[in-house]
Amino acid sequence: MIYVENKDLVIPGEVLAEDDFYSGRGTFKEDGKICSSLMGLVSLRNKKISVIPLKSKYVPKKGDVVIGKINDVRFSMWGVDINSPYEGILPSSEVFGRDKKSLNKVFGVGDVLFLRVVDVDEVKKAKLGLKGRGMGKFKGGIIVEIAPTKVPRLIGKKGSMINMIKEKTGCKIVVGQNGLVWVRGDSDMEKITRDIIHVIEEQAHTSGLTDRIRDKLYLDIDGEIPEDLDYKDEEYVESPNFDFEDVEKSEKLEEENTKDSLPKEGFRRSKRSNNKRFNHNKKFHKKSRSNKYELEKPQLQNFKEELEQEELEAKKNEDKRNNDFISNLENIDQEKKTHQKHLEIGKKKTGFSILKDDDI
Amino acid sequence: MIFISEERKIRADGRAYNELRPIKIEAGVLERADGSAYVEVGGNKILACVYGPKESYMRRFLRPDTGVIKVRYNMAPFSVDTRKRPGPDRRSNEISKITADALCPALMLEGFPRSMVEVSIEVIAAEGGTRCAGVTAAAVALADAGIPMKDIPAGCAAGKMDDEVVLDLSEIEDKNGQADVPLVIMPRTGEITLLQADGNLTDEEFEEAIELAIEGCMQVSEVQKEALKTCYSQE
Repeated sequence: MIYVENKDLVIPGEVLAEDDFYSGRGTFKEDGKICSSLMGLVSLRNKKISVIPLKSKYVPKKGDVVIGKINDVRFSMWGVDINSPYEGILPSSEVFGRDKKSLNKVFGVGDVLFLRVVDVDEVKKAKLGLKGRGMGKFKGGIIVEIAPTKVPRLIGKKGSMINMIKEKTGCKIVVGQNGLVWVRGDSDMEKITRDIIHVIEEQAHTSGLTDRIRDKLYLDIDGEIPEDLDYKDEEYVESPNFDFEDVEKSEKLEEENTKDSLPKEGFRRSKRSNNKRFNHNKKFHKKSRSNKYELEKPQLQNFKEELEQEELEAKKNEDKRNNDFISNLENIDQEKKTHQKHLEIGKKKTGFSILKDDDI
Repeated sequence: MIFISEERKIRADGRAYNELRPIKIEAGVLERADGSAYVEVGGNKILACVYGPKESYMRRFLRPDTGVIKVRYNMAPFSVDTRKRPGPDRRSNEISKITADALCPALMLEGFPRSMVEVSIEVIAAEGGTRCAGVTAAAVALADAGIPMKDIPAGCAAGKMDDEVVLDLSEIEDKNGQADVPLVIMPRTGEITLLQADGNLTDEEFEEAIELAIEGCMQVSEVQKEALKTCYSQE
């Protein structure tokens, strides 16, 4: 016996179904009745009922990619604010292996990073890492905050929404699963992108959103909507409201991502021992990479490379400074010597000077 | 249509013995809070906002197995006839505590251990029965904030005036009346999460008052649900 339909808006405590249904996320079972525990939209799949919340806080989950801001530098780790009730920590070992370096030189308070949740402990403290594609520090750009539940809507079906925005505005956009979005481009375009993202957040549960956003993009950037627009994804109009498939798809992709990361680890380990396995894994990895949907890579330099480069530059600078210092010293020496010579010449005239062997 | 039995008198403000004051609830009124609600019950104007679940600065309250709720009830100095001295006092401390206790059974914060949900209830204008209206507002704000709940608690008071048991006392009725019974229930199961009684009531009168208050809470609950649903379907 079911009382609601797919994509209905429900409120906490509302009875959704009775008897032979399974209770999914956002619901609970009491006396054989399945009730909603959140305010959100119903998602019906087979006999499983779940509720997708309209608003929520981000709870860290293993394998998620997030955007975080450094808010603390401690002895061997950074404290990271990941827009969640729980704190994230980035251990120094995740960044530079075992060698000890001054943490302040690498990341300072206020730096914004793209990170992966490596582990979550019982008290929900998230251990973060930088291993993975495109992980590292953001330079410039702005951060836009949206509700974490609306991230799948912002990305759209197979990334349709986000790709459209990127294409139109020419901004680089990175979406973290904790609801933070990094945008970099022209300052005008950054503003437009920010507004668009806020519109998507506000209207996430309405129908035909992709087309409306496309129109708004054209209006904001070109000032007019071209007439010969091919509305590619008309299915969007037909399947209104919040796209649960997207949510589920993105969840699946998340799983895929985590699955992918496993052979990656294996690949790293086997690199030393087994060449065949390495090849096989590489193939597998390549294949899966082309299939899966990924969060936009920020096209940052590899973090290690960056570090090395910085170090090189620092070294160069130091060498230069040393050279300058040495040449300075030489100059001073010479000046002294010429001065002495003059003196000595003077002294000679008076008749009681002693000439040194190494005098020029 | 309201039928008034002959032996029951019409009250000073024209209401029947079992009639609520006009009630209006709006959800999601504040931009910066995670969840918010505005409630008007008669002359009461109450704003409730919710922040969290979030990390707390008060470590000693946190629990390792579940989240906790902290409520702050505050009356504006201009909310009553003679200016109220601002700041917490004995009465607002008590109401803060009983509101937290009334809301707690409905919350499912197991998914947010070591976190805290902060609820702030601001009484802008008071006209009797602010604690019940406060709980009502806070419950809507919590639901709006997306906090997992078993039910949305609703509050309403019953009382005794001129030897008659009546629903939803106004300020004058409360001051001249003989008793006041504020009550908060979880409407789906009918569980009572708050019951206070103040004044003199016989056993029968007390039971009648509770029944009347539950009836009132059910009506309040309908308005709450309506408010939450319209808040999002408009957009």
